[in-house]
Parts: sequence; C-alpha cells; structure tokens
Amino acid sequence: MKTFDAIKADLASGAATCVQVTRQYLDAIERQKDLNAFLAVFPERTLSQADLIDKKIAAGTAGPLAGMVIAVKDVICMQNERVSCGSKILKNFISLYDATVIRRLQDADALLIGKCNMDEFAMGSSTENSAFGRVKLPQDRDRVPGGSSGGSAVAVTSGMSTASLGSDTGGSIRQPAAFCGICGLKPTYGRVSRYGLVAYASSFDSIGPFALTVKDIASVLQVIAGYDPKDSTSADIPIPDYNSSLTRNVRGLRIGLPKEYFGSALNEEIKSSVEKSIDILRKNGAIIKEVSLPHTEYTIAAYYILATAEASSNLARFDGARYGYRSDDADTLSAMYVKSRSEGFGPEVKRRIMLGTYVLSSGYYDAYYRKGQKVRRLIQQDFFEAFNEVDCLITPTSPTTSFKAGEKMDDPLQMYLSDIYTTSANLAGIPGISIPCGNDSKGLPIGLQIMGPQFGEPLILRIADFLEHQK
Amino acid sequence: MPVTIHEVEHIAQLAHLEFSSEEKKKLMQEMNQILGYMEQLNKLDTDAVEPLSHVIELKNVFRADVVEPGLQTGDALKNAPSKTDEFFKVPKVIGEKE
Repeated sequence: MKTFDAIKADLASGAATCVQVTRQYLDAIERQKDLNAFLAVFPERTLSQADLIDKKIAAGTAGPLAGMVIAVKDVICMQNERVSCGSKILKNFISLYDATVIRRLQDADALLIGKCNMDEFAMGSSTENSAFGRVKLPQDRDRVPGGSSGGSAVAVTSGMSTASLGSDTGGSIRQPAAFCGICGLKPTYGRVSRYGLVAYASSFDSIGPFALTVKDIASVLQVIAGYDPKDSTSADIPIPDYNSSLTRNVRGLRIGLPKEYFGSALNEEIKSSVEKSIDILRKNGAIIKEVSLPHTEYTIAAYYILATAEASSNLARFDGARYGYRSDDADTLSAMYVKSRSEGFGPEVKRRIMLGTYVLSSGYYDAYYRKGQKVRRLIQQDFFEAFNEVDCLITPTSPTTSFKAGEKMDDPLQMYLSDIYTTSANLAGIPGISIPCGNDSKGLPIGLQIMGPQFGEPLILRIADFLEHQK
Repeated sequence: MPVTIHEVEHIAQLAHLEFSSEEKKKLMQEMNQILGYMEQLNKLDTDAVEPLSHVIELKNVFRADVVEPGLQTGDALKNAPSKTDEFFKVPKVIGEKE
C-alpha cells in the first residue's frame, strides 16, 4: 500500500511508471475479488490513460494528481460507463455525462480505475444492501466494512487504489473509513459539486475522498472542491490551499469535546482510544474544553425523517418509463410503474420510500417533516454556538467497531443508530473527517472524528494530520 | 398513533409500490417502531423555531439566458427500456382497467 507521496517519489526517480503503478493496482483488484469491493474495473481505459500521463510527466506537463489511482463509488456518473447505485433498477444504466468531480479529477491527471460497490442508493451502514452482494471487511471477512461507501473504503484499505470517492449523507464516508482504518472526509455541504451524483437526500449529500493519509485527502479535495454552475447549491467561496494548512502545530487551538458523544452508549475501548489522542493534543498545547450539543439525542430521529422524505421524492423518477428496469409483467401504465419499482428496488430502499412518503403525506407533514426541519435548525444552532467557544470538535466516529455481517439486518432501527455520531454534521452542513485511532482488543480499527465550522476544512485537516504523525 | 395495515396500503399506493401481505405486516411493525422512535421530537417545543430547509445561506442563483448544448433526443433515448425513433414507449394509458 503506497501513499501518493511514495508513488510520486517512484515516478520522479524512474523507479516506476504510471502504467506499472496501474498494473499493480489492477493485480490487487484481481487478487482480492472475493471482497466484492468493485462493480466495474476499467483495465484498458486506465492503462491507456496511464501511458498518456507517463508521456505528460516526461514532458513536464502533468497535472497535480498524475500517478494517483482513484476508485469511484458507483453513485457518481462517468460518461459511457454504467452507474448502478448498487441497485437492480439501474443495473444496465449507462451514464450520458461525467460528474463534475470526475471531470476535475481527469483534468488533474488522476487515473480512474473502477466503480465501487455500495449500499443500494447509498442507503445503509454496512454495505450489505447492495443488489450485487455485500462487501467484506478485509481484516475479517465475516464482518462489514461499514457503509454506505463500503466498496470505496475497502478499495483504499486493501491497496486496490491510492484514494477513492464516496458520498456521505449521514456518515457514509466517515463510518466506513473508521471501520476500515483509513481517512475519510465529508466536506462542508456545497464545497464539492453534486452534479452527476445520483441523489439520495439532496440537502444532505456530499461527495468526499478516502485515502491512507490526511495529506492525500487534502490533495484530492484541492482538485474536486469549488463552485460549479451546474450545481446551484455549490458554494461560490474561494478554495484555500489545503496542503499548506497542514502545519503540524496545534498550539493554542481550542478543541471541544461534546459531552453527549461520550455517554454510556459508547464502547469503553473506543472511548479510551479517543481520549489518548485528546491527551496528545493537550500535551502539544491545544486547549481542551468540554462543550454541550444539547439536541444530540434528537439527531437520528430528525435525520431519518428528513432524509427518507427527500429520498422518497428523489426516487420517484425511477418508474420504468425513460430508463432503468422495466417489469415485463405490466400491460397498463400504472402497473408498469408499480411493478417496475417493486421488482427493481431492494427492501431497505422500499422501507425508506415508505417512511418518507408517510412523513410527507397529508395529515402527517406538520407532525413529522416540518417538525424535523425545525429540529434541524436547533441542531445546527447547537453547533454554531459551540463554534463560538471552540475551533473544532472531537468525537468518536462510531459507537462501535465493525460488526458481523447479518447482525443488524433484521433490525433497521439498530442499523440507523450506528450513524449516531455522524448524521449531525450532515444536518448542520459542516465538515467532518474520520481518521484511524488505534484498534480494539479484537484488532478492529477505531475511528476518531473531527468536525469543524462550515468551510473549516483547513483546520480539521490540520488537526487530523497532526494526530496522524504522532504514531 | 400506530400505523395500520390500511395505512401501509395507502402509503404504498402513493409511492407506487406493492407488497405481499407478509411484507405489509412486517413493514407495519417496522414503520411503527421507527416512527415511534421519531416521536421523541415531540418532547421539544419548536413553536418559535423556523424550519431549516437549506444548511448554507443561499441567495437566488441567476445566470445569463444563454443557450448551451443539451442532451440530444438520440442520447436521451439510449437508456429507454422501450422506444420509437423519437419517443419513449409505454403501455396504454387510456382505457386502463382500475
């Protein structure tokens, strides 16, 4: 497993070419097929692109990500390639255009090696909800890699790509990063264009990177961040130089520990690992302070009301008429809608469409949907007030380490509760990063989350990078 | 207020989904469990709180009214399950039996 710095050094010294680097990753993908991390791999396309970039390197015209091999969650569109969203309903759907993030990565000379398996339409916390089979945790194949971007996390942790892209609606980048022992960033809402990301819950969805190091996360973010006229919710705010924010200095930084995140639900081993990292920060001059986010206990309820409502609306487009799966068993238009959707969607997606339709339906809209939106404001205000007192917040990423496959599949509410520390950042629209923070007694990775104010990526990357270099 | 089988059927109809009677029963239980959990929001007094629909303060986004290349008919039809040269083809709409 090599970081982008190591690859760049090899390319500069002539120890390797982009073509050789690509071949190594393709071999790793082939060797580890049983993990089921990839839904599509592009050997010819990537190798010919690698050859082109080798020539650019020789000519001194290569872009900033030359030599970085990236895997892409199969919810992000690449022109002329399939985008399945882990669903039978889009099994044969070919994307007609590139997502903005794809265009930007290609312009920076990154190599896009394949598309990653995921929970269907990014709905899940274990990557067991894919129509194409579950993804396995490389460290223990009976366990889950987290979700919904489980394939993208596994691609990086088992050396099948240098970095990868995921999407995070309620924790779908940070929680699998924690379970797999790598870094994963959910940027501020609007920092990265969503154009070409198949929508799950549009007011929550963010695209972000996975990588082995914080520096590699910063390098990918540098390229994919920025305003996009094709996404009217993307923010027209200058992009800082993320790499130069990695100063290795935390002196004087005020770091808040939200007391609600360290309660009794938290596993003891995770708690003590996170506390060890906090001690390191304290010893290096950071000011550690307990803070309160008083509405924390309401985050999961508010999140699942709003996210399922948005999902039921976004997924209404899958009706068998213009694209996607169409049932053979329908001789009227309305039967075509009902049968195509009922045969095409998996159980978790249907459950969320039902919940979302319910909370939006006449008679329940005010009691659920509107109530959820009001609580969302209270949760966001909690964060804004906390950021008046401290510069950032540190919490565990997940209340547990990786769990066994099948363990939570029969209990949707238990599965939803595995997002208890991550949905708040999506509700508030703030950035969060998960970085590795040791292992539990079973040897399973533990994740630490750093959250910052909106557009505070430089600060959370700086702290994450600092902690990474203390080990 | 628990969700009944009748409501599950009504919501399914709104969502253009159908379920076997087994699935309906299971969904009813799951929806009641999850919606019951969501009801804890009622502990909060939110009468004076403005609903939040967008996390970043946004102004209306305008652009010049300039025509840009868009999707051509042939491309738009590429993923169609059934089509003619110019149109998506679907089963009969008029004369449906209810």
